[in-house]
Amino acid sequence: MALTRRRFLAGALALPAVSTLAACAGTVVAPGDLSRLRMMVPASPGGGWDTTARTLQRVIQQTGIARNVQVFNVEGAGGTIGIGQLAREDDDALLMMMGLVMVGAIDTNDSTTRLDDVTPIAQLIAETELIVVPAESPYDTLEDFVTGWAADPRGTPIAGGSAGGTDQILAGLLAQAAGIDPLQVNYIAYSGGGESLSALLGNQVAAGISGTADYGPQVTSGDLKGLAVSTADRSEAVPDVPTILESGFDVEVTNWRGLMARPGMSDGAREDLIALVTEAHDTDEWAEALDANGWLDTFQTGDEYGEFLAEEETRVRQVLTEIGLIE
Amino acid sequence: MAISDLLGGFADAITPVNLLFALLGVLLGTAVGVLPGIGPAMTVALLLPATYVLEPTSALIMFAGIYYGGMYGGSTTSILLNTPGESASIMTALEGNKMAKAGRGSAALATAAIGSFVAGTIATLLLALVAPTLVEVAIGVTTADYFALAVLAFVAVASVLGSSPLRGLASLCLGLYLGLVGTDVLSGQERFTLGIPQLSDGIDVVVVAVALFAVGEALYVASRLRKGSVQVIDHKGSWMTREDLRRSWKPWLRGTAFGFPFGVMPAGGAEIPTFLSYATEKKLTKHPEEFGHGAIEGVAGPEAANNASAAGVLVPLLTLGIPTSATAAIILAAFQGYGIQPGPTLLTTEGPLVWALIASLFIGNAMLLVLNLPLVGLWVKLLKIPRPYLYAGILTFASLGSFAVNADPLDLVILLGLGLLGFAMRRFGWPVAPAVIGLILGPIAETNLRRALAISDGDLSVLVDSWFSRVVLILALLALVGPVVLRAVRGRRATPAELARDQEEDREVQKAANREGWGS
Repeated sequence: MALTRRRFLAGALALPAVSTLAACAGTVVAPGDLSRLRMMVPASPGGGWDTTARTLQRVIQQTGIARNVQVFNVEGAGGTIGIGQLAREDDDALLMMMGLVMVGAIDTNDSTTRLDDVTPIAQLIAETELIVVPAESPYDTLEDFVTGWAADPRGTPIAGGSAGGTDQILAGLLAQAAGIDPLQVNYIAYSGGGESLSALLGNQVAAGISGTADYGPQVTSGDLKGLAVSTADRSEAVPDVPTILESGFDVEVTNWRGLMARPGMSDGAREDLIALVTEAHDTDEWAEALDANGWLDTFQTGDEYGEFLAEEETRVRQVLTEIGLIE
Repeated sequence: MAISDLLGGFADAITPVNLLFALLGVLLGTAVGVLPGIGPAMTVALLLPATYVLEPTSALIMFAGIYYGGMYGGSTTSILLNTPGESASIMTALEGNKMAKAGRGSAALATAAIGSFVAGTIATLLLALVAPTLVEVAIGVTTADYFALAVLAFVAVASVLGSSPLRGLASLCLGLYLGLVGTDVLSGQERFTLGIPQLSDGIDVVVVAVALFAVGEALYVASRLRKGSVQVIDHKGSWMTREDLRRSWKPWLRGTAFGFPFGVMPAGGAEIPTFLSYATEKKLTKHPEEFGHGAIEGVAGPEAANNASAAGVLVPLLTLGIPTSATAAIILAAFQGYGIQPGPTLLTTEGPLVWALIASLFIGNAMLLVLNLPLVGLWVKLLKIPRPYLYAGILTFASLGSFAVNADPLDLVILLGLGLLGFAMRRFGWPVAPAVIGLILGPIAETNLRRALAISDGDLSVLVDSWFSRVVLILALLALVGPVVLRAVRGRRATPAELARDQEEDREVQKAANREGWGS
């Protein structure tokens, strides 16, 4: 049989096609193969979890740690719908972004899936919280503000993000430390940093709590006064603003974010995921991303991260109970 | 000063590459605007990785194109298929779909496209010229003021109640109830979620609108198919007539005047101005008898309003770094990806980029008009598809759209359940628009009322504290009692005629409920 031109062309086209297919099939089936990775963001596009996940996606793909990373959003209920889905997954190559807000949401939403039902992989980053007052405010320091706050807690509305989130947790912890009844805190929940920002710029509320990314530029420009940051060290974004600890209150909160994986995975599969995330963390690209976003490097993995989660759960539950959000 | 900066922006934006990205953006935006469920926010999020390889100017120009394109696309399905692609296009469906059914689909699409262009251009010009001044006023708008605006918008609902206020109000209450489902913003507690986690973020307005409008209608038409012959839409004319233009230009301008300020206000949104615009046009029109049966003013005004609001949203984003819509929040994330921090200093630190972005908005807007007007003829051909296939297609798109967001089968159950409700409402002559409006307005009114009272620690006087809320509340009061008072002043002479008209309308409703084929 003569090798016709057509037959030759067909064969030449078919060969790579078949080998590609075989390679694809191989990547799907082979255990421990993480060249194709999925990452669930249990919140809407554009938020903090989403930004962190998409930044990690870029770093992993740019550096060739994995060929293909797919980020998808499962919105709702402070992330508890996402964690519920994760608990039913059997894919080892699936990571879920989460953070401090989910710890509170699991309690406030009475979620059936809890953090210890899924597998902790790593804590990635943390954001600093910033306490501000409007430019017209009579207060210039956290001590002054707290004195005024303690005298009239109900008449001192404090704006921040969604109910039960990091901002309200910080407000509750600060009230505790200052000897103010957390139940008396007049916390005004807004759906995001932007909305509470306009309430602050319009001088409608006495103070505001949100991430340095939300309020930092306004503090730098003088449109808001920065009273304190929530981390142990001062933030590079607002270097002139003291920490809460410096101001004499024993409160430290970081708005951390990390990754979880499906329940019941083998130790080997878990080690593979941890190795992959560690490799991404050690790249220059990740270091640059931390700088660009003003994120703190709070990297920790595996069991160490699991213990951290357990401590945060206890602390968050206690403060949410005192604020009256959960029973 | 601003003019020369703007010209510089045009110079940056009009490069072949940037024009290509603007075109890509408006095409994508139109496409996702047409599909319910997949909005511009989701699209920009999916394209965020593009920022890693693109120049900041090109990427932002593309995103702005998607944003504007989404507003255009939403109106097309509203008008032709009674399926709003996003919440700001819901009012467009009311008159626009009636026009399409009367064979005037191309006039409706044309007035929507030109109105969007006019509104987008004027609003972008305002954005370029008065943004810094305007935003200072907008920031002063308090929570109590937003509540007052919501009250005013509730009064506007009266214009869509239909001829039976009782049925209209019942439908409104249904919407208000659906709006309560979900997590209460202020306390974080769940309400009416029946323990179903998927309900804890509430029911998406677009899902409700698509279910009540499109699914309900598809079921209704299906239930009537066997009876009588299929009505074929007699298509008249392909463009706007001189008369259409004469009736459209004022609504375009008034719609812009409503939409832009609401966009600028940090919690204004794009929906309330479309309600107010519709109500205003219905009051001012010289053809009140056409409202409810396809009045072109009812398409021109709301469409202009939602596009003007889209431009307004960029004012707080660019001047203060405050994102006031989901898409704006993701565009903000794109800025941050380039290490650019939008905020009070953006215009001084990144001037050329901002002006290039504003210039590209003009370009994108013009592109959308050029793209959409010739397509009008093509779009209206959709209506020539035999109805069983057309409605099967609508059902497929509606299901895909609501499933695509979370890939959760429960969303389909909600869609179908509400669709059955929409069918029942149509069958028994209950208007569906008040339900959707209640769903949108209820949470806005409630959240702002409670937030205002929380800030004042329960002092009710906060609601009338500012001149702004006083003026708005008085306007609402006038709009509500004005007609009643006027009627009383005019005395009994007018009553018999009005009574006759009311009875006529009642019969209309009855007929509509029993009519075969196209529901009312």
